[in-house]
Amino acid sequence: MSALDSLRETFRRDQVFDFMRQGTRSVSPGQLDAGDGKNILYLEDITVSFDGFKALNDLTMYIKTGELRCIIGPNGAGKSTMMDVITGKTRPDSGTCFFGQTLDLTRLSETDIATAGIGRKFQKPTVFPEHTAFENLELAMHDAKGTWHSLFTRMSGEQKSWIEETLAQVGLLEDRDKVAGLLSHGQKQWLEIGMVLMQKPQLLLVDEPIAGMTRQEVERTGQLLQSLAGKHSVVVVEHDMEFIRSIASTVTVLHQGSVLAEGTMDQVQNDPKVIEVYLGE
Amino acid sequence: MRDSTFKSALSDRTAKTFMGVLFGATLLVTLLNQIFPPDSALHVSAYTVTLLGKYLCYALLALALDLVWGYCGILSLGHGAFFALGGYAMGMYLMRQIGDRGVYGNAELPDFMVFLNWSELPWYWHGFDQFWFAALMILLVPGLLAFVFGWLAFRSRVTGVYLSIITQALTYALMLAFFRNELGFGGNNGLTDFKDLLGFSLQSDGTRVALLMATAISLAFAFVLCRWITGSKLGRVVLAVRDAESRARFIGYRTEHYKLWVFTASAILAGIAGALYVPQVGIINPGEFSPLNSIELVVWVAVGGRATLYGAVIGAILVNYGKTVFTGIMPEAWLFALGGLFVAVTVFMPQGIVGLVEKHWPTLKQRFMKSDSNDDRPSAQGEPS
Ligand SMILES: Nc1ncnc2c1ncn2[C@@H]1O[C@H](COP(=O)(O)OP(=O)(O)O)[C@@H](O)[C@H]1O
Ligand SMILES: [Mg+2]
Repeated sequence: MSALDSLRETFRRDQVFDFMRQGTRSVSPGQLDAGDGKNILYLEDITVSFDGFKALNDLTMYIKTGELRCIIGPNGAGKSTMMDVITGKTRPDSGTCFFGQTLDLTRLSETDIATAGIGRKFQKPTVFPEHTAFENLELAMHDAKGTWHSLFTRMSGEQKSWIEETLAQVGLLEDRDKVAGLLSHGQKQWLEIGMVLMQKPQLLLVDEPIAGMTRQEVERTGQLLQSLAGKHSVVVVEHDMEFIRSIASTVTVLHQGSVLAEGTMDQVQNDPKVIEVYLGE
Repeated sequence: MRDSTFKSALSDRTAKTFMGVLFGATLLVTLLNQIFPPDSALHVSAYTVTLLGKYLCYALLALALDLVWGYCGILSLGHGAFFALGGYAMGMYLMRQIGDRGVYGNAELPDFMVFLNWSELPWYWHGFDQFWFAALMILLVPGLLAFVFGWLAFRSRVTGVYLSIITQALTYALMLAFFRNELGFGGNNGLTDFKDLLGFSLQSDGTRVALLMATAISLAFAFVLCRWITGSKLGRVVLAVRDAESRARFIGYRTEHYKLWVFTASAILAGIAGALYVPQVGIINPGEFSPLNSIELVVWVAVGGRATLYGAVIGAILVNYGKTVFTGIMPEAWLFALGGLFVAVTVFMPQGIVGLVEKHWPTLKQRFMKSDSNDDRPSAQGEPS
């Protein structure tokens, strides 16, 4: 191990003096390092203010690799803003935001962050309205994203069946050739979840996925999200307590831009601070 | 397979229809010009041949704009600049072909340089006596300018109306520069008095017909090329950038690279159009950089209909035919007519002529079929008698 690598190991965020151990794996910068049992996301002391108003206020939070984490909090608590910071849409005024050990998200562009393995479903469903459901998934598909590659590429049979599988998974196989702008709100939500899946991300950020969905659709979404955990790390933002209770292991409550409470659903629901915030509304 | 290749784009029905109509019309005009003597009623004059050639150059330019505006959503108000640069590159070659047949009989220098008392050819004129070099420059100069300009603009995320304004400023600045004698492109008068191209006299009917054919072939080639591009995955990404650029970024596309790619490709096509235009009209001057030209171009595409490719071609030909007729009757009113046309199209048919036809096609077809059918067919309404 070169001196530089040793030095880098010294600055690992989860272990101290790890380089003393035998056979420690070293990861070069630019690669994701978030093995099992480690954290995949580190948010530390993040502050974001809009014209003096602090949408995020010293927010500190860690997401474990393979975890399914739910984030709740009243409207305006800063949940979407937190996702903006993670995906590079908003730059924090202060604080650090790391993806695994090595990737400083505050310095990467939206594109780089997506390529590094973070996929996001937005609160307001944003699909490509003039492309069909199939094409939307094709665009999101994990693949080389350069211009010349896109010009000369021809979809392989494998890719085609992968897209079809995903269409089936999100219940859109019958509407595969329908233009996305004509899908219902719930279907758009699902299409966008499908797009996130096609990116093969390590970390999925899912912002209010069940808005506009019927009961059955909600149930299926819950199952889908649960099935993703383990292989992927998933962060879900929701209002709907019942939904969260049905899927969550760990819940984080955000309030006025910082973490109010964290724990299992029962712990959180019995937390006096949380009760006060929710009853106070 | 869904993804188009150049070959599949060449053999699809739209391309075949397009080429059929294009080559049919071109061949017809050619035959009428070549076969019938000038005093015959069926003769088509060299003037008409050249006029059609000019329209086809405009059509190619409109195609280029449609690629970047219709598909990628970049409203360039400076595409006339790329057209003019391609034209100047061709003009420089034609200038060098004059040799000692100019007014001053100077084989080394074009007339306007002799007039300015220049003693030697500026370095950037070297090589233009070779056709291959000029041809390379026709592609390279507009392409490079678009690449550098686009790189700066798209990297700093200049979009929408701001981008339109700076493209307009670009062509305006070039116009002012080319007006200056010191720049070495003939100043005010531009480049003219061309004699021949590849050894063929530009005055002969044969050359004119050949130029028309070359333009038609270039237009067909560009059409197929654009069909290929827009039918490929790159085309779908470009549409995605047009409709939701930031979403495209969040799934990992460097949208600025895609815009740059399309912008540069489009500028090269515009340059080719300009190069074909100059030998047919016999002159290139700084007026071609006029901001108004680029705006007219936008009107052609809007009238024809965006993001269909053939719409741009139809729009360019129709509006320019209208312009030819209109300026013959009352030239001073053309600009008002153009402005009115633009407003009318924007308000009443945002999808242009093609969009209008597509919308009403089912009813038109139905009506057409009905009037064709027999009267003794039972009434569909089944009205009691
Ligand atoms: N771009 C912005 N400019 C100004 N204020 C913003 C912006 N984005 C979010 N905010 C404000 O930040 C707060 C947090 O918003 P958000 O993160 O969307 O909340 P949540 O998703 O938890 O409902 C809100 O009060 C919102 O008005
Ligand atoms: Mg929100």
